[in-house]
Order: sequence, then C-alpha cells, then structure tokens
Amino acid sequence: MKKRVVITGAGVVSSLGFGAEQFWNSIREGKNGISEVTKIDVSNLPTKVGAEIKDFDPTLYMDKKEAKRMDRFNQYAIAASKMAVDTSKLDLESIDLDRCGVIVGSGIGGMETFEDQHTVLLNKGPGRISPFFIPMMIANMASGQIAIRFGFKGFNECVVTACATGNNAIGDAFKVIQRGDADVMITGGAEACITMMGFGGFCSMGAMSKNPDPNTASRPFDKDRDGFVCGEGAGILVIEEYEHAVNRGADIIAEIVGYGCTCDAYHITAPSPEGEGGARSMQMCINDAGIKPEEIGYINAHGTSTPLNDPSEVKVVKKVFGEYAKKIAMSSTKSMTGHLLGAAGAIEAVVTAMALRDGFLPPTINVKNQDPECDIDCVPNVGRKADIKYALSNALGFGGHNATLCLKKFE
Amino acid sequence: MVFEKVKKLVVEQLGVEEDDISMESSFIDDLGADSLDIVELIMALEEEFSLEIPDTEAEKITTVGDAVEYITKNS
Repeated sequence: MKKRVVITGAGVVSSLGFGAEQFWNSIREGKNGISEVTKIDVSNLPTKVGAEIKDFDPTLYMDKKEAKRMDRFNQYAIAASKMAVDTSKLDLESIDLDRCGVIVGSGIGGMETFEDQHTVLLNKGPGRISPFFIPMMIANMASGQIAIRFGFKGFNECVVTACATGNNAIGDAFKVIQRGDADVMITGGAEACITMMGFGGFCSMGAMSKNPDPNTASRPFDKDRDGFVCGEGAGILVIEEYEHAVNRGADIIAEIVGYGCTCDAYHITAPSPEGEGGARSMQMCINDAGIKPEEIGYINAHGTSTPLNDPSEVKVVKKVFGEYAKKIAMSSTKSMTGHLLGAAGAIEAVVTAMALRDGFLPPTINVKNQDPECDIDCVPNVGRKADIKYALSNALGFGGHNATLCLKKFE
Repeated sequence: MVFEKVKKLVVEQLGVEEDDISMESSFIDDLGADSLDIVELIMALEEEFSLEIPDTEAEKITTVGDAVEYITKNS
C-alpha cells in the first residue's frame, strides 16, 4: 500500500528573508524582493535587476573552512537544510539514518566556482586550478554535503531539470517515501547564478526583463511584462512518512498527495504552443492524487513574467480545468521572489504548503493592467483568505520539462 | 621568516588557529587537512615563495616543519 507523505520542516534562503516563516510572512504581505544587481557589473548588460541575497553570512550555518569549500549555491542549500531540520525537530540520534535520504537539485550548480577557476586557468595555467574546483562546482554536491551534515545514509540523488528542478526533486522524494524506500527525505533546490556568465547568458537569450525598475520588473500576467527576473537562494523541505511523523509528535505543515512529470518534446527553450506538455503534467498530478480537478482551490503558477510563459500556462489551466478555470485562483509569487530557477519549485512548494496551512492565497504583485490573454484570477496585488483543501504548484523548465506537485491541507 | 609565512598560509587554507601550529604539526593528523587541502596548500606555498614543488617532493611534505625545511633549502 502507498504510504502517506507529510511535510514536517521547511527552510528558505531568499531575498525575502531567511527561514520559512519569515519568507512566508513577506509573501503574505506582498513584499517585493527584487533590487538592483550589485554582485556583478551589469553596466554592459540590458538587465539591471535581480533578486539578490544581500546579507547572507554562511558562517552562521557552517564553519569557515566548510564555507570556503562550497560554492554559494551549496552554502544556501546547507543553510536552508539546517533551518528545515531545525523546524522539523527531528531527533537525529533516535531515527534510523539508513532510511533517511536527500534529493536536492540545482539548475546549474557551482557557476561562480566555474568562472573563478576558469579565470585562474587563463591567468596562471592549468596547474593552478584548485583541487576543490570539481567538488565545488558539481550540482549533486548539495545532496552530498547535506547527507554528510546530517548523517543521512539512505536514498540520495540530484535532479537537474532547469527551472523544474525543485518540483522534480520534491516529487521524486515524495515517491521514494510513498513506495516505502525511506522514512524521511530532505528535498528541494538551490541556485546561485547571478554571475557574469549566468546573467550574461540569460540576457543573450532575451529571457530576462529589461525593465530597470525593481518595483515593477517582475509582473506575471500583466500586459507590460517583458521577461523574468533572476533570483538566488534555496528552498528545502523535510518530508516524512505519515506514521513516522505522527509517532514522534511532529508538527505537520501539509501533505503531499500527487506528482506529475512530463516533457513537451518540442523545443529546447520555448513551451509547446498549446501548452499540451504542461497540461499533461497537471492532469497526471491530479490523477496521481486521486481527486477531481474541481477540488483544487489554488495553483501556484510557474508564472515567470515572460511574454511566452504566462498566456501558455493560462491556456494549460483552461485545458485541464475547463469551465472551472474561471473559479480557480492562480497566483505567481515570482512577482515578489523573482525566478530562482532550480530553487523556484522548492520555495513555491513552501508557499503552497503555507497557503494551505493558513488558508491564505498569496498575491501576484505588480498587476496594473492584466493581459486579456491571461484572464484568470491571479489574486492581483493583495492576498486573501480562502479555505482551500488542495493546491497545485507548477514548474516548467528549459528542455521542455514540466513538473506539478499536489499538496493537501493537513487535517 | 619562513615559518611565520607558512603559518599564515596554513591558517588561511586550513582554517585553524595560529596557536595550534608548530613545526611538528602534521597537516593531516593535527590540523585536520585532507588530501585536497594538501594539494591546495602546496599550490599556495609555490605561489608565496615563487617555486615549483615537484609531486615527488610534495608527497614527502607532511608536517609544517617539512614545508619550512623544503622552502628554506630551495628558495
């Protein structure tokens, strides 16, 4: 029989705060987490804004030597994992660590490390490349380091599916527990690619907003949206087999009940025109949860604020929900957080879980002039109370990856 | 003085306290280094003292004293 899977801990490192509760409070209030980019020189780039983390001190979460051996994405992952494990109140002494695992992904991995060491190669030659270059750069190292940190010796892997990474990681971890292969999983995503190559690459693609005003650059579903705003950070969940959580008296934030995963098989970066891949992912997720579409009260949209994504995603919802699409609330919290790429699905799973727990729909901010092609209740500008039982969270990634999670209010 | 310079690099590279470092300190047993740390430390010594330490020689450097001795002889 399938095991039930619940969320018992959450951690977030984001421009909107450290810790899941602080982050969620900012989201509830509709705060903007986007500012002018200062980490890199953007004077020769068309994009000027991002969701940078300004005051992150890794030594609050690990010793100096550990921090020095980790790329920034990995530092974020460790910090958010520590927060998640702390809030879960897991007693690491008494649980069976052989049945505890990790699936934490990253869209790219240690991009800054790659750039720094490439500079060393050009200036000093190959003999000076750091012996830590490879272990710091590889994307799976967050899963490895988290396992070392908490002694989790069970199932462990790394998901890399661009902007769908967070959802795929959590969905896969959910299935690992559901089929009985682990009791506890630390899962989510981490990203740190506000670097010259990362930012420059996204600029060249024409994917990022050229709006220099941090207060209006990320505006999903708005007519004047012109691209996504790149963010950094990590979202990590502790998820657990239901009986395991109840037996230790854990506080349960929400339940995970469904996972859908498909591919467009159409284009390397553009979504398929009718969004059929995304629709199949949502449908697969709803079927996996064993519920009717009408039972879903909220969707946390992928909602990147690019001209292509948002209307395509609305089309998908109409295809899946039919007439009921008019009644469903679907907001994009990327309007506040920016797009954390491989960590996006993970922080949005935190948002979705908290929305269910508190019965509160987070807003899409910066909706001044809603695009008629995005005619959906996007909870414009101000969040509101709503007693919802089920919610979906969507993530779509370059490569045509589509991943959807279904969460349920814990009762 | 070579020892002082080496000590400063070891503090930086291995994140240890200056007071814990003596000529007898073993990088692995006393200062918590692993094989990757040692590769990095050797590179830092080569840069600091403008010399090349061949791998066969580097393998023999296991204590702070070994490093100081090698550098004194070869620079």
